[in-house]
Amino acid sequence: MIWSTIRLALRELGRNAMRSSLTILGIVIGVGAVISMVTLGGGATSQITGEISSLGSNLIIVRPGTQPQHGGIQVQAAPFDRADVEAIVREVPNTEAVAPMTSAPTVAVFGNANWSTTVNGTLSAYLAARDWPLARGRAFTEGEEQAGAMVCLLGATVQDELFGRQDPLGASIRLGSAACRVVGVLEARGESTFGMDQDDFILAPLRAVQRRLVGDDDVDLMFVSAQSEAATAQVQGDLERLLRQRRRIGAGQEDDFTVQDMAEIATIVESTTGVLTTFLGAIAAISLLVGGIGIMNIMLVSVTERTREIGIRLAIGAQGHEVLLQFLLESTLLSLFGGLVGIALGLGLAAVAAPWLGVPFVLDPTIIVIAFLFSGAVGILFGYVPARRAARLDPIDALRYE
Amino acid sequence: MSPQIADQTERPRAEGEGAAPPALVAFQGITKIYGTGMAEVRALDGVDLTIGAGEFVAIMGPSGSGKSTCLNMIGCLDTPTSGSYRFAGVEVGTLSRNQRALLRRHYLGFVFQGYNLLKRTSALENVEMPLVYRRVPGRERRRRAHEALAAVGLQGREHHTPAELSGGQQQRVAVARAIVTAPALLLADEPTGNLDSTTSREIMDLLTELNVERGITIAMVTHEEEMATYARRIVRFLDGRIVVDRERPADRVPGGGGGLAV
Ligand SMILES: Nc1ncnc2c1ncn2[C@@H]1O[C@H](COP(=O)(O)OP(=O)(O)OP(=O)(O)O)[C@@H](O)[C@H]1O
Ligand SMILES: [Mg+2]
Repeated sequence: MIWSTIRLALRELGRNAMRSSLTILGIVIGVGAVISMVTLGGGATSQITGEISSLGSNLIIVRPGTQPQHGGIQVQAAPFDRADVEAIVREVPNTEAVAPMTSAPTVAVFGNANWSTTVNGTLSAYLAARDWPLARGRAFTEGEEQAGAMVCLLGATVQDELFGRQDPLGASIRLGSAACRVVGVLEARGESTFGMDQDDFILAPLRAVQRRLVGDDDVDLMFVSAQSEAATAQVQGDLERLLRQRRRIGAGQEDDFTVQDMAEIATIVESTTGVLTTFLGAIAAISLLVGGIGIMNIMLVSVTERTREIGIRLAIGAQGHEVLLQFLLESTLLSLFGGLVGIALGLGLAAVAAPWLGVPFVLDPTIIVIAFLFSGAVGILFGYVPARRAARLDPIDALRYE
Repeated sequence: MSPQIADQTERPRAEGEGAAPPALVAFQGITKIYGTGMAEVRALDGVDLTIGAGEFVAIMGPSGSGKSTCLNMIGCLDTPTSGSYRFAGVEVGTLSRNQRALLRRHYLGFVFQGYNLLKRTSALENVEMPLVYRRVPGRERRRRAHEALAAVGLQGREHHTPAELSGGQQQRVAVARAIVTAPALLLADEPTGNLDSTTSREIMDLLTELNVERGITIAMVTHEEEMATYARRIVRFLDGRIVVDRERPADRVPGGGGGLAV
């Protein structure tokens, strides 16, 4: 019964192929737009979250000042100093690495080659905190860190630009007016989602950069990694307490610094994509509504056109709900078909646009299933009124209908 | 409530047939009024009519006398304004819309005025349709539809659509559709209304054959005296009332009607 009803519905739709295709256009466009946007958005999000977790999932970033999440004013505050770093190492348990950082723009020169980049003054703990292995050479020794020796580690981009295929280890490069010996090269990480080159920097001991390049004792940023993911919350709490105490922030006052773990940063990214998702959802709802009204309209026309057929079926012994089912199946198949075409169109569009936009093409089966089910639901919802009208026809009146 | 139940239990005995099954169709004071007040039309006005199993009844009368209304009433397509209609002993007035649909599905066959076949649908599928609602599986359905089409002499035309068939052939398809379920009662509203006399006779021979050989009870509305001569019994309507109800001489119908025991 259900089979022959489906066959019947398909044939009826096929007979009015032109009309059927125009009817589903609304749904096709709506579903197509949503699928392509969600696929592209999902690709971008997965890329960003991938990068965030590549920063190290136990990583906590501490910076002076506060940055409200949704716009607003950025509060300036005094930077940290070496004593803060030492206090953290001393007093916060369960940390694996504590790396301060101060940055300065610089031009690195080797022989004829020069390259403008950033030099980050830090400790070798930086490598542990950011989970960043060396490609070759060694990290700073404690002696070099204490003395502020002019030694440095090159990011992969800097080594390419200055040395090409030459061996940089042991070579002396110039950073502004200071000479600096290369002791190691970092592994390459490539570009970030935002097109930023993550390998374009030089690392040198904090004290050396402070003294020779920046000229102050400030620490702009601290990377702290907890020993385990479970410990991040405790470490974060201890950091806040310690820094409030050291910066003499009274009980009722707001922090003048920010302690963020990666989960929080991921949340910010997700809340941004959440806005996008809501927006897409609204587009989808509107287009499905429009598509649904189109289907309702065409089904009402169809019921009127086929009044006689309905009369014959009712007279021959069809029950109301069987006629209802027949028309409901038609509208549902129609909108499901629209949904399928929309999904194919959306995926095709996303596949073409993804490489062009530089985001990965990530197929999300959930959204495809949801789109499919939703288009089916539209068919049922908007097909119901016409189908009920058909089912409630009086057989004699329907048979007499011209 | 209770008087109705009493009616149902008493009436079969009142008909005086003892253990005999109740008549297929039993109208008692059936009245159908369309419109109200000045515009009131009594399409049927207190009709008493009994049709037994195996009968072949021709319903005649001038235009507007209530023939179609009566046939629709028998077919449970229309509900009376008052009166009682029992189909094989079942009070139709107490049945729901869905139950009446089931009654039509399982006991009745219709040949509508003006064929009423599904357009753009093959003869075979038109004939299969009542079987679909009876949940007959596809293979069996096709077999029986082929058989019914063969019975009306349409072998080889199974895949023609109504537009590709002549009027007489379309009417045959309509008859095939009505008999494919082997109904207890076949209702035909002017089955020869649009046909020439040769084709009309063929259709009437076919109906007679179904009545005699398969024992299908037939109630047929017709305008034409000639067609009425195929029936065993003629009921004439005038202004919603039965004015004549008589049997035809037995010699006209080969084999004599089945259930007309008078
Ligand atoms: N739906 C309706 N609404 C109002 N009046 C109706 C309706 N159906 C039938 N009638 C009236 O009831 C009366 C009987 O109609 P019916 O169709 O039974 O006549 P008939 O004997 O079949 O006539 P014909 O031979 O022309 O088909 C007519 O006067 C008709 O106008
Ligand atoms: Mg009539």
